[in-house]
Amino acid sequence: MSDVKERVEAPTPPPELPKLGLLGWLRWTWRQLTSMKTALVLLFLLALGAVPGSLIPQTGIDPVKVSDFFEAHPKLGPFYDKLGLFDVYKSPWFSAIYLLLFISLIGCVVPRLQVYLKALRARPPKPPRNLNRLPGYQSFEPAADGDVLDLAARELRRRRFRVELYDGAVAAERGYLREAGNLLFHFSLILALVGAAWGALFGYRGTVLVVVGNGFSNSVAQYDDFSPGRVFTPDDLPPFALTVKSFTVKFQTDGPQRGAAREFNAPITYQETPDSPEKSYDLRVNHPLKVDGTNVHLLGHGYAPRVTVRDGKGEVAFSGPVPFLPQDGNFSSFGVIKAPDARPEQLGFEGFFLPTAVIDERGPISVFPDAVNPVLAMTAYYGRPAVETGKPQSVYQLDKTKLTQFGDGKGDKLRFQLGPSQSYTLPDGRGSITFDSYDRWVKLQVSHTPGLNLALVGISLAILGLMGSLFIHPRRTWVRVRTQDGRTVVEVAGLDRGPERGLGDEIQAIADALKPAEQPEKPKQEQP
Amino acid sequence: MSPETYAEISNLVIPTATVIYAIAMMSHALEWAMGRAVVVTAEAKADVLVASSSGGDLAVPAAPATGTTAAAAARSGRVEAASRIGLLLTWLGFVLHLGGVVTRGLAAERVPWGNMYEFSITASLAVAIVYLLFVHRYKLQWLGLGVTLVVAAVLGLATLALYTPAGPLVPALHSYWLVIHVAAAAISGGAFTIGGLVSILYLVKARAERRVLAGGTMSASLKRLPSAEAMDGTAYKVLAFAFPLWTFGVLVAGPIWAEYAWGRYWGWDPKEVWSLVTWVVYAAYLHARATAGWRGRRAATIAIVGWFVFIFNFVGVNLLVSGLHSYAGV
Repeated sequence: MSDVKERVEAPTPPPELPKLGLLGWLRWTWRQLTSMKTALVLLFLLALGAVPGSLIPQTGIDPVKVSDFFEAHPKLGPFYDKLGLFDVYKSPWFSAIYLLLFISLIGCVVPRLQVYLKALRARPPKPPRNLNRLPGYQSFEPAADGDVLDLAARELRRRRFRVELYDGAVAAERGYLREAGNLLFHFSLILALVGAAWGALFGYRGTVLVVVGNGFSNSVAQYDDFSPGRVFTPDDLPPFALTVKSFTVKFQTDGPQRGAAREFNAPITYQETPDSPEKSYDLRVNHPLKVDGTNVHLLGHGYAPRVTVRDGKGEVAFSGPVPFLPQDGNFSSFGVIKAPDARPEQLGFEGFFLPTAVIDERGPISVFPDAVNPVLAMTAYYGRPAVETGKPQSVYQLDKTKLTQFGDGKGDKLRFQLGPSQSYTLPDGRGSITFDSYDRWVKLQVSHTPGLNLALVGISLAILGLMGSLFIHPRRTWVRVRTQDGRTVVEVAGLDRGPERGLGDEIQAIADALKPAEQPEKPKQEQP
Repeated sequence: MSPETYAEISNLVIPTATVIYAIAMMSHALEWAMGRAVVVTAEAKADVLVASSSGGDLAVPAAPATGTTAAAAARSGRVEAASRIGLLLTWLGFVLHLGGVVTRGLAAERVPWGNMYEFSITASLAVAIVYLLFVHRYKLQWLGLGVTLVVAAVLGLATLALYTPAGPLVPALHSYWLVIHVAAAAISGGAFTIGGLVSILYLVKARAERRVLAGGTMSASLKRLPSAEAMDGTAYKVLAFAFPLWTFGVLVAGPIWAEYAWGRYWGWDPKEVWSLVTWVVYAAYLHARATAGWRGRRAATIAIVGWFVFIFNFVGVNLLVSGLHSYAGV
């Protein structure tokens, strides 16, 4: 059996002699690229090439970790950067691998499609001369009456073979859909990739941090972070607006998973367009809002302490909630409060919001993510009023170049802690800060990924094709009548054209159906 | 019964199942050890020659078995007994294991695959199910040692190193996609494991067959294995079953859920990367089987590599790399 397969699949054309010329070389390169061995090598390269991106921090996933890596490895960092190892999946070499793989795939399946379309119309071929070399070979004397070939044709049709009658023989074949499945799988993969590429080109994704009670309207300027596809234009943004009404979060309060989140819910109201009616929605994890082909996801949450800063003249220099960014699982959150309009000197604060604060020898820390004992632990700065430069500044960082840190009068830096509605008066009559209360904020992601349905259809069709190509079993069966030493002999044999699945008992069963009833059964022949 | 009672039952039954699988493994190890002593030469060689010739052209008449004595017969009887005891104990271990997984689900009041401990006990159950489902149909007793070794090791590690008390899930896991996505991963993981084990034994057997053709001998343990060609076919069947399921779990269910939960269908999270690598390696396996010069040994090696990649994806990625797939209690 394996011999037959070897012969069927062995590369037939002998290698051409050197004088190739340009066209010849091109043809040679193309043939190499589309060969199965190249496809195999490219598959391995794709697998290997994907690995570093999971072990080395990636700019697209966690840019903070990437800059940490640069700091920790000042020599290795720039070297990795040159190799594109911080952005593996967009690097030229990774793109080269998958593009070559897809070219190889197309070059392989397009000719196979032509071959297949031809094979679909072809008749099952004549039996080979030596049927007895094929697996499951059987020979027996037919019954005296009746046409055994006619019987064979009927039996094979009943078994859903495509049947062709020859002079003195019946040829039958089935399992044509296997190659169809194979081709469907590969073409559908291309379709899925086209869908994914479409989404990457025309889609966009942005995140925005919204303090509970506030709103968001969909325009590029409102986003904290926005990554458009190459062909995206801001006009593509649907003009919806939403308001975060409240946010509830529940945490496990006991057991070993204490502190693990159990429920997030952000009830919102939204309008699809400025003129449309207001609707309500419960935004939760695994429960995104869909507006006009755009998805709004709840990605994260945190605290925004509400503070009032008074300056040296007793005027309110700043008042309102300030989002702090969580630094650990217990939501110790870092943030800065800026009061650039404070007079005579501007004021700035930096420090932590601790939802459940405990003071130990290392200082105040948070021991639980929910706000059980909220404390604001800060230090303060002052300086000359800054000149308005119009340069954008991060709201999460204090530019300390022209600021002086307050001292505590004992030679140390000033540190103070505030509970809700407590105030702290800064030294030398420079002002005060009040921790009024706290709000929560939610991080929303707005994204639009066109082509996603196309990719989904593609990959689903690919699975369908894959199952066809793996489970459909193509095979041929021949029944021939010939005269041997003056006697009529019926021969039955099959050819397994699948991946060595074996023909099982099928040939035996077909032969049994053709044998005259009174003839004693031969012992079953073992399959090799 | 209350969830606490179920949790207690589960915590009692899973270690018991581990011990029983371990005893089954010892029984199978004994089977192999005793089998090694029975050296069969001429007989094995004849079998190999018959199996590798095509259509009977080269058929060598089977040589009469030499040196078949009463002692050897008794010995081979003991080998059979060890094999049967191993299988029986595997069934017993499986029943307890199944009970442990089900009571774990009842204790947590959800599907029992929400953290690494639960995934370990469920995925190893999938290995046992795939094995026991096919052991009689395809005569897979020879796989007993490998299967019991893997299942006992995974259960043991889960109990000792990964144990997490039953409890509710983080919000990201509150989705029916948890049922679909993780179940597909666990079942195909079970099949990858069986495929990997069969492929390892395939390499051993194929080497022994080549040695016999070169005039060497083969121990009875190896002779009891099916022919290398048959094992190659078994590995293919199991992996052909697993590959579409893995494709569905990783490239359809995973991205759909990721789009719901995280707002992007594919984000090169370490777990996603390694799932894709696993997929690519098994795709290479299927292509290798259809490529002249890659069939057989090389294809089997790829299947084993695929299994290791899957295991790394499950163990290494959770413990060494941080990503979105890390949840409470690992």
